[in-house]
Amino acid sequence: MSIMEYNGGSVIAMVGKDCVAIASDLRLGNQALGISSNFQKIFPMTNRIFLGLPGLATDVTTLKETFRYRVNMFTIKEEREIEPETFAHLVSSTLYERRFGPWFIEPVMAGLQKTHDGGYKPYIAATDLIGCLNFAKDFVVAGTASTKLFGVAEGLWEPDLEPEDLFETISQTLLNAVDRDAYSGWGAEVYVLTKDKVIKRTLKGRMD
Amino acid sequence: MDISFALTGKGYVIVAADTVAARSIVKMKVDEDKIKVLSPHLLMAYSGEPGDTVQFAEYVERNIRLYQIRNTHALRPPSAASWIRRTLADSLRSRKPYAVNLLVGGYDTSTHNPHLYWIDYLGTMSEVPFAAHGYGAYFALSLLDRYHDPEASVEEGLATLKRCIDEVAKRLVVNPEKYKVKIVDKDGVREVEI
Repeated sequence: MSIMEYNGGSVIAMVGKDCVAIASDLRLGNQALGISSNFQKIFPMTNRIFLGLPGLATDVTTLKETFRYRVNMFTIKEEREIEPETFAHLVSSTLYERRFGPWFIEPVMAGLQKTHDGGYKPYIAATDLIGCLNFAKDFVVAGTASTKLFGVAEGLWEPDLEPEDLFETISQTLLNAVDRDAYSGWGAEVYVLTKDKVIKRTLKGRMD
Repeated sequence: MDISFALTGKGYVIVAADTVAARSIVKMKVDEDKIKVLSPHLLMAYSGEPGDTVQFAEYVERNIRLYQIRNTHALRPPSAASWIRRTLADSLRSRKPYAVNLLVGGYDTSTHNPHLYWIDYLGTMSEVPFAAHGYGAYFALSLLDRYHDPEASVEEGLATLKRCIDEVAKRLVVNPEKYKVKIVDKDGVREVEI
């Protein structure tokens, strides 16, 4: 029994054309026993950054609160909102602080980074449980269904997807991957970030 | 072998826990109350490591009371549950963690909504329509999936609870026989016989 698989749950993030998407399942379990079908793992950090926290559920809640505190402190001290790239390093150093007694979480983040010409650039990243950053141009995955997510995403993802197409791609990837994983599933939620709005959708999934 | 159930309904939360205090294979006591009344509209059923349970429940009880005295109003259920969760989560990474599982049920007198939280000794918390801890969970949760109704009256809620208790009595190797049942609603906390 691995502590990373104790509660179950998975998160995925994908890049599109001037947009990003992040999605997670909604299961909370105690090994094979399902406890809740409405356990959120994705949290807004700013209007343009969303953070997914799959792993041990107690640390999901604790880290959500830690990051809310640290992002608020950044905003007050710097008098500006944190950018996704800076936030990724905040996540990394927060996890590495606990190098020898880690939080059992593998964060996935998606955001839109401001560019010099005033536009926005898609940004996704993931880290392992001690904060080793992994930037990707296409997609990042984490959680108990990560192996399956890699496979399906590799097959479905293509470059420069429009927001609606990206929504369809990430939804189908997640739904089909978690159906092959006993510890993930029980519904899902998807966030698509574009430069002028955030679309949140809740998906129904297999309840077995 | 502690068993506890809880379910929400229209404007109330029912919390039930068995009354056996056992040590090894011996029943030491059969009328132990394992549901603490934290404030006029907040209940907490506790189970787990004997010793830790009562110690932790009393610690929570006094702190909730202290908040009420300092601020002249009680913590609302979501805030109280968050504080309890944080206490357990911090305890988990300490030298000697509390091994206590909780069901926190309360009635929010400001929004007039019932709240139920499932919390385990790791500090995992989830707001749920119904919940169970211990071996009872393996029998009751599937039953509650089928019969739970968030709009049910108190009578219907108690009937659903009875189904859970009967199922455990029928299928579990050891039967706790007696349960203490408490209800929290707009009028506060009351105990009922079933």
